[in-house]
Formats: sequence, C-alpha cells, structure tokens
Amino acid sequence: MQLSIDGKSVTAQTGEYILQVAQRNGIEIPALCHHPAVEPSGACRLCMVEITHADWGGWKGLVTACLYPVQEGLIVSTANEKVRKVRAGVLDLLLARCPESELIQNLSRQYGIEKTSFIPRPEPDLCILCGLCVRICEKIGASAISTIGRGIDKIVSVPYETEENYACIGCLACATICPTGEITFTQDEQTRSIWGRNFELVYCEDCGIAIGTPEQLKHYSERSGLDMSYFTKCDRCRNREAAARFARITF
Amino acid sequence: MKNSKLTSPEKLARLKGKLLKQRQKQRPIITVCAGTACVACGCVPLTAAFREALKENGLEDKIEIRTTGCHGFCERGPLVVLQPEGIFYQQVKPADAKSIIEQTIQNGELVEKLLYRDPQTKQVLTHEKDIPFYSKQMRLIFGMNGHMDPTSIHDYIALGGYAALARSFLEMQPEDIIEEVKKSGLRGRGGGGFLTGKKWATCRKAPGEPKYIICNADEGDPGAFMDRSLLEGNPHAVVEGMIIGAYAIGSHDGYVYVRHEYPLAVKNLNIAIEAAREFGLLGENIFSSGFDFDIKVSRGGGAFVCGESTALMASLEGKIGEPRAKYIHTVTSGLWGKPSTLNNVETWANVPMIIEKGADEYAKVGTEGSKGTKVFALTGKVNNTGLVEVPMGMTLREIVFDIGGGIIENRPFKAVQTGGPSGGCLPESALDMPVDFDTLTEIGSMMGSGGLIVMDNLTCMVDLAKYFIHFLQEESCGKCTPCREGLRQLHHMLEKVTRGEGGVEILDDIERLCMVMENASLCALGSSAPNPVMSTLKYFRNEYLAHLEEQRCPAGVCKDLITYSVIEENCTGCVVCKRACPVDAIEGEKKEVHKINSDICTRCGICLAVCKFDAIFVE
Repeated sequence: MQLSIDGKSVTAQTGEYILQVAQRNGIEIPALCHHPAVEPSGACRLCMVEITHADWGGWKGLVTACLYPVQEGLIVSTANEKVRKVRAGVLDLLLARCPESELIQNLSRQYGIEKTSFIPRPEPDLCILCGLCVRICEKIGASAISTIGRGIDKIVSVPYETEENYACIGCLACATICPTGEITFTQDEQTRSIWGRNFELVYCEDCGIAIGTPEQLKHYSERSGLDMSYFTKCDRCRNREAAARFARITF
Repeated sequence: MKNSKLTSPEKLARLKGKLLKQRQKQRPIITVCAGTACVACGCVPLTAAFREALKENGLEDKIEIRTTGCHGFCERGPLVVLQPEGIFYQQVKPADAKSIIEQTIQNGELVEKLLYRDPQTKQVLTHEKDIPFYSKQMRLIFGMNGHMDPTSIHDYIALGGYAALARSFLEMQPEDIIEEVKKSGLRGRGGGGFLTGKKWATCRKAPGEPKYIICNADEGDPGAFMDRSLLEGNPHAVVEGMIIGAYAIGSHDGYVYVRHEYPLAVKNLNIAIEAAREFGLLGENIFSSGFDFDIKVSRGGGAFVCGESTALMASLEGKIGEPRAKYIHTVTSGLWGKPSTLNNVETWANVPMIIEKGADEYAKVGTEGSKGTKVFALTGKVNNTGLVEVPMGMTLREIVFDIGGGIIENRPFKAVQTGGPSGGCLPESALDMPVDFDTLTEIGSMMGSGGLIVMDNLTCMVDLAKYFIHFLQEESCGKCTPCREGLRQLHHMLEKVTRGEGGVEILDDIERLCMVMENASLCALGSSAPNPVMSTLKYFRNEYLAHLEEQRCPAGVCKDLITYSVIEENCTGCVVCKRACPVDAIEGEKKEVHKINSDICTRCGICLAVCKFDAIFVE
C-alpha cells in the first residue's frame, strides 16, 4: 500500500506501524520506549505524529507512530508545529522526572528546552518508565522484573523486592536495553551482580572468557531444547570450531 | 431437587402466569430498602424488628416483609414502603417497627413523624409517588428495584423478567436484535456514549473465535453508585441483557468485572447467575435452542483505571491493569486478542427493555441524539441526594432543583460537576441546558457514567479542581508520561494557585500542560483529566484571578488565604468554640468576647460550624 509521510510517498505492508515505515524511509521520529526486539507499548508518547486521510472529511489527530497501523492513503506529518509542541511538552515533563539523564537532556535541547519548566522530581533517578526492561525480560522468558505500584509511585522492581521471589537469571538484557542507563550491573573475574543479587559465572572452555551465569545458560537450554553441552563455549569459539569443520569438508 | 429448568419460552410464560396469580392473592407487603446505603443506616435490625413485631401481633402469616434493592432516595434511609398503598416512611428506626404495624397496618393510621416533609414547601407527603424526588423521575430501569427481592428469580420473572430473552429466541434472529438495538439509539452508559448497536454489529462481523461479552461494573467515580445499586437491586436485568447480547453477537463466554468493594453487588449477582443457571437461562442449550452462554464474575482489585475498557481486559487476563492503544478496537481485538463487546451495567440493563418494548417505543424517550433514560448519582450540596433516573434531555435545573430539592439551606447555587472526576464544572448559565451526551460535551463537560455533584457558594472552584486532579494523580496507572508526570505537575500548579502564588502567568502554564495531556495521553483517564481544570478556568476564571491577584479565596476555603476572626458584636462569650477548637487557638473567658489567635489557628472551620450566633467570620 501507499501512504504519505511528510509529503513523501512511501510503500508499506498491512500490519506495519507508522514508525517502522518512517524509519525504513529515513524519516526520523524520536521514540524512547520503542525497540524492534519487543512489542510496542506506547508509553513514552514521544513518537506522536499527526495523521489525516482524504476520506476523513478534514479530521486530523495525533497518534503514536509506534502503534498506529498503516493504511492506504494515510497522510502523516511527523514534525509540524503541533507535533513539535506536544513532543516538547512530553520532553519537558520527562526532564522534570529525570533532570540528570543525558539522553533526555539532548533530546530536549533539540526541542529548544535547556531546563525543565516544571518542578523537578525530588531525588531523581534515570528511570523514565519506558518499560523496555520489563518487556525484554518477559520476552526472554524470565519475567523476573515488573512495574509495581501506580501513578507517580510506579517503579520497576523484582517481585515484593525480596530475594526469595527472585526469578532473575542475570542475563543483563534489561541493562542492555535500558535507554538511560538506570539499570546497572557490576562484573569482575568471579561474580556478576544485578538487581541486588550475585551470580557465579561460567567460562568458555576454549578461551576462558565469561559466557554467562549458570541460571542464564540453563534457561537458554530449557527454552531452546539444546543440550547444556552446547553452552560450554563462547559464540566466537563455537563459530571458529564450526568454520574449521566446514573447511575440512571436501566436495 | 425438582428440575426447574425452563426448556422453552412457553414454560417461562406458564411460570410467570403461576407466579402472578400467587402475587395477586398476596397480603399487604412491607418493603424495606436493603441497598448498601440503607444497610449502612440500619435496615437489617429494622427488618428484624418488623419480624418481631409481626410475630408479637400474630401477623407473620398475614403480612409479608420484602427486602428490596435500592430505591434511590438514600439521603432518607432506611426507607420503608407499605404496599399496595405506597405509603412512604423515611429514616425508620427499629423502634418504629412496632408503631408502623400497630398504627398503620392494623388501624390504618399514619405515623406522622416518619412521613416525608418537603424541604421547600414544608408539605407533608404520604405516598411515594407524590414526593417530588420520585414524581419527576422516569424510573424505567430502576423502577423494578422497589418491587422485588433481588435474590428471587421468581420476583423478577413475575414482573416480566426474561420475557425479552424469550422474545429474542422465539421471534428474532441475531441480526434482528442488533438492528433493534441500533434503531433504539442506545448509547453506552459508561461514559463514551458510543452507539451500542453499532458496537455489537462490528463485533459480530469481526473474524475470530471465541467472542467475548463483558460487563463493566468497575464503577469508580467518587460519589457514583448507580451500577452498584443496579447490580444489588436488579441483577437479573443485567444478566438478561448480557444473554441477549451474547446471542446477538455470537458469544458463549461472558464476564462481569465488578469492584471487590461492592460485596452486596457481588453477592446478589452471584445468586442471580446461579439461579439463572438453575432455570436453564444460562449454560448449555438455552431454551432448547442449541445456544450456550455462561457468565463468570471477576472481582477488581481497587484500581480506578481498570474501569477503562482495555485496562479492564488486561486485568481480566491476569495482567497489570494498564490500558493499551485502541487504534485497533476491542470489538476486533479485545480480551485475549479476540473480538469483545464491553458495555457497562446500565447499558446491559437497558437491553431487555428495548427488546420487550421495541426500539420505536424505547426511542420515544430522550432527545434526538440520546435516547432513553439516564440514572444519575445526585450528590453534593443538594437537599435530596441519591439515585435519580430521568429522561435524556431533562434540564440540569429540573434535576438539581425539582428532584434534588434545591441547595442545602437555600444557599446560592454555584456549579454542577457532571461526568465524574474527569468531567467538567458547569455554571448557573448551563442549568437550562438539556442533559444529553452531545450537549454536555459541547459545553465542556461530559456525561461520563452519570455523577452529578452540586456545589454552592461555599465551594472554591480552584480547590475543587485540585481535589479531582489529586484523585486522578493517585489513580493514574503511571504507564504513559503525560498522564503520570502531567498530573503531578498540574497538582503542583494548582496547589500554588490555592496559596495565591505564581502570578497570573501560571494560568498559561496550566493551559499549556493541559493541551499536552489532552493530546498525548494514552487513554481517556489522561486525556480527559484536564477537564475539571479547563472547565473551571473557562467558567470561573475570576476565582483563579482572585487567588492570584488579590491573594483571596472568595469561597473562604483555601487555608493559606483565609483567616478566621470573631465578630465582636455577635459573640456572647459562650465558650462553645473555645472548647471545640482542636488546637486551642481561641482565647477568652466565659461571657467575654473571644479572640482567635491566627498563628495557632489551622483554619479547620470547626468554630464556624459550632457557633450558634454567627460570630465567626472568614475572610
């Protein structure tokens, strides 16, 4: 199907969302809670765009690009004045929530905001509640963290904030996907620590680098159906071994 | 147990005939309202006292006591109506049971002190139908409440219940039902006002199986309790509506999502569902038609946001009660990603009436765009608070003054808030507007689920807006930025205004923030949250300006801007205020003029409330 984004005619497939199509066509729409690895959620509200259609009798409205399904003839404006105003308002609010986040500071600057016009949150952290960590953890299958509470008291946490309920496998997906760097971990020669828990490490048989925690590798084995013996080497060494095997094949 | 299954509509009709004959033979009835408000006022010991008194007088076999659902006039509970005459007694205490039986039942004399006295005309009224609170209403949905025991399916059937269901199965195809509901013009009573028939049609056509039917009974607006009272007082009407809807849409699974804080509603609903199953009206092969449908009850955990359809569905699925985008409608992809029809309690309760009377008859009531009646929870500074059912299009003035009996102590009317916490506040100039979906939206408010909160001149509109924003801030799910962060900031700003800080410029900041919240919020909780602020700014801007420019709260509410003092001429030195003051801020001996120490005074207003000589002054 064909639709128009900022005056440019683009092609899209049924089932795609505006954001996907825009990104593919080099049209930039800011988004904080979006990641191709997980389902879109529409939480940050930064990817607002204005849509209209020749058949809608002049009606137009703001929608989130990450969740709005494309349709034939859709006309999308990603950066008009109204869109920029609303995005600036959302960024101003996020800056009040996380005044120390470099990511939010940089984005805000693009919308002419140097300092929030609102009252900054007392004792701010870097969490913008985008929910990417929760969604990636669920997707990997551990579902070890979740948002708890509601409204301004909402936080990301392990269940009941106690270790007995711990389902965390120490895979670091949450820390990796976190856009602001709020989720941190430490790792030395022997131990990896995240969410207040220490994990042992498993090392590659060949090169000796750390390849994960025992809980993580067991989880991967269970999910993939692959034997635990598969998870004794790092990707690099496993690939090298495979390459050597292929090299021996003669035709 | 005897098989009570009604395997055909004919069997239902025969049962109804039998029950009606029994009822005609019946003796006089003492109906005691047993809605939650009357239970709180003591109707349970009252009922026991009636039984005791009947026994004492040897009347237990001659007179029937019927505990019914809510009659609506909660302000005056516990309510007792003697049938068939319709004699109305209010605020009845257990000690009164004996005199009612001995004077009225045995001797035909009225118990004067229990009769209703009109606060406006001072006239004493004997019959329920003559009391303006009732006589100006049109109780099509609520009318049955006073005439049946909600736990008795026999009562419901005797009053014509399940006849609409029988008609749907006997005479109509699913498409005919949808057509009839469309033609009736019924719009969703939960707040959105979407055309019910259109919703059903889309859901029926949507690809995907199974399809789900959901009843939203997560009524959370402060002061609103019409859905609770319907489920408590007439649960079968909701169940019947849902079965008809299920048959029309082609669904076999229904859910009622009801607040856990409504124990009586949950109990009566479960009794009704159980009875409907026993009578074969729920379950497999209803009326031997081959059609199966059953209902499960799910209790909500106390989150206001779970009244939002997608958050409700997430909660039903066992997930966190957070809304999701509705760009793909729930009629196409709702509960567990399947086509789902969600309507609120009152909407479902309208369905049997539409089928029974026919769409044309139903649509005679109401306005062009809003058909039928609407139940409102009338609260605030009116004389008659309670549940009122009126035809769509009645003016706010009629509701507030004729049914509501005007403002307490005849104080001036200031505003009425419609539509719950995210509704708008309307001024006196809007009082003659007809109440319907479109008019209310046009003038900056909304129908919502039907809350009506009346305010007098002692209500500060800034403080009121702050109250609702605080409520919404606590109830925001916190998923999306504009709602979560915006409400927090909006509350900060309104707090500043109530302290007289921020200058007039703060109003521009407030309006800018409201624009962002309206446009960028994920669900209606956030996008409609600015309504109480924007509507008070529109109609009561002067009050905001008085706070900001003159550091003055015209209603004398905002504590940082008011002082309490004693009017020396009026003070008799009675020390009542001095004794009542919780912080000992009042000085002065007996028979001497008292003085309030402003530094200690917390502006709680207790002195003002207890002074009998109008000697306390607020400025």
